[in-house]
Amino acid sequence: MSQTLKNRAVDYTAAFVILIAVFICLVPFLYILSQSLSSNRAIISQAVTIYPIDFNIEAYKVVFGDPGMLYSLFYTIILTGVFVLLALTVTILAAYPLTKKRLKGRNALLLMMLFTMYFSGGLIPDYLNVKNLSLLDTPLALILPGMMSVYYMIILKSFFQSLPDSLEEAAHLDGCNELQILLKIVLPLSKPALATVSLLYAVFRWNYFQDALFYITDQEFYTIQLKLYNVINISQQMSGENVNVNLPSEALKAASIMFGTVPILLVYPWLQKYFVSGIMIGAVKG
Amino acid sequence: MQAMNSSVALDKKDSVGVPLQKKKGLFYYLKFDYMLYLMLLVPVAYIVTFKYAPMYGIQIAFKDYNIFQGVSMSPWNNFETFKQIFSSPQFFQVVRNTLMLNGLDLLVGFPAPIILAILINELAWNKFKKASQTILYLPHFLSWVIIGGIVAQLLSPTGMLNSLISHMGGQPIPFLTNKYAWVATYCLVGVWQNAGWGTILYLAAMTGIDKQLYEAADADGAGRFRKIWHITLPGIRPTIVILLILQLGNIMAINFDRPFNIQNNLVMDFGDVISTYVYRVGIQSANFSVGAAVGLFQSVICLIFLVTSNFLTRRLGEDGIW
Repeated sequence: MSQTLKNRAVDYTAAFVILIAVFICLVPFLYILSQSLSSNRAIISQAVTIYPIDFNIEAYKVVFGDPGMLYSLFYTIILTGVFVLLALTVTILAAYPLTKKRLKGRNALLLMMLFTMYFSGGLIPDYLNVKNLSLLDTPLALILPGMMSVYYMIILKSFFQSLPDSLEEAAHLDGCNELQILLKIVLPLSKPALATVSLLYAVFRWNYFQDALFYITDQEFYTIQLKLYNVINISQQMSGENVNVNLPSEALKAASIMFGTVPILLVYPWLQKYFVSGIMIGAVKG
Repeated sequence: MQAMNSSVALDKKDSVGVPLQKKKGLFYYLKFDYMLYLMLLVPVAYIVTFKYAPMYGIQIAFKDYNIFQGVSMSPWNNFETFKQIFSSPQFFQVVRNTLMLNGLDLLVGFPAPIILAILINELAWNKFKKASQTILYLPHFLSWVIIGGIVAQLLSPTGMLNSLISHMGGQPIPFLTNKYAWVATYCLVGVWQNAGWGTILYLAAMTGIDKQLYEAADADGAGRFRKIWHITLPGIRPTIVILLILQLGNIMAINFDRPFNIQNNLVMDFGDVISTYVYRVGIQSANFSVGAAVGLFQSVICLIFLVTSNFLTRRLGEDGIW
């Protein structure tokens, strides 16, 4: 009896701590959301916490009325789409042949790829390389250099390896060549792994900020992250000097943050299970 | 014996049912697998162009790099650039900051997902478990630009946390403007972003633990804490060790987005790290040789750390990362 009571106590304590952690994860969002829906005056007087004060959607009107912001959003969506398609293709083209134990030079190629996980040229040589290839200030600078992650390639490779060999043998006896086997047998069976890797690439491209900051100066090719960085930071640099200038207000900053967050918030819960299974594949077979 | 071996060898087939035969020339394989090699052409070209070609550019760390002369034509200056950076106090400051922030991250950020995973594992209600996991993973999917914005709003002198503190009669805390408080902010924001996501690997390891061990422990009258201590923790030990080596090996590596988006001019004494320094000196001030030299220094130390920590774990009888 006392054992059951003790067990109950542990259950409730664990649940309580997790609830606090969940709360800590959510509160910042609620705060930013309520700021974005409040009047600037309410924010400055520190009245806003996790619900809006003087409810209004002025800040969102400004954000959605800014053609640059919407342009950046659509541009980044297209950029992410193109990136994912190319990156997925290149990753498959590496992962599939490297599952074949008979392939001569397989280990050398694998080693050559693995080495780049542990040693790289560094920021400056990477930058000069992109510059020498005349990619600076083109969207290609945000697509080509990250086109394959060796880590994701290994995740995909271990998934391919877990498929039964007999299917491929049968296809081979039916006269399929390697490309046909890949397209007709292996890829259709690998949908969960392909979905995982695409999502990982998509989130990477959507969130990654460093390369846009380094390689892009032309406003036309600003990603949404670079655009947001400017909105959030220009106001911080200037807010000390003159408050009456037409600065992005606190509410506007909050609305911009929400603008950049909502796409991820919308897709994430539906895709979560894929990420988790993908991470587990990578973890188990490394 | 000899005859048996050869018949076994003839029976062996590879994955597409072609009998394995010894002593085929390289050409045979090239011809037989030309399609696979054609596929590999694209990724190899990518790796060479965007991973190995930059490595050629590392030599500018030993040169007076001049944009007009390019990487190979610029004159050598041997170790002049290194002498220059090793005599600069700023260089040591950014190295120290990198080690300090990564060290604190290891201290605070490493145990956090382990504790969280154990708590999640102990949760009795499945729906609650699923829902809380979804929310705990969420911060991992936000960019550091967004997180930087949220942090600035939440922790500024007029932000929610400080107005809460002053409502309760406390002194506002300069989370972002005092350099010591900033270091704590940096670490805690890292925990916020990563702890939930980090539990995935540990939870995966926990599902791999034999259920019979728990039943046996129940029969022996072990309580919840004893089971955690004697079964769950040893069960996830290999995972803990691997992640620990990886993080130790990366103690000199620091990502750019996180410090850059949280730092500000007031806390550069502690907030300026190798990656942000290389960006400022190398790209903003176009001092490419210095930037490359600092980057090379970092890469080499990183590699040494990684190899050493992997070697040590193997000596201690655990599986390393290679």
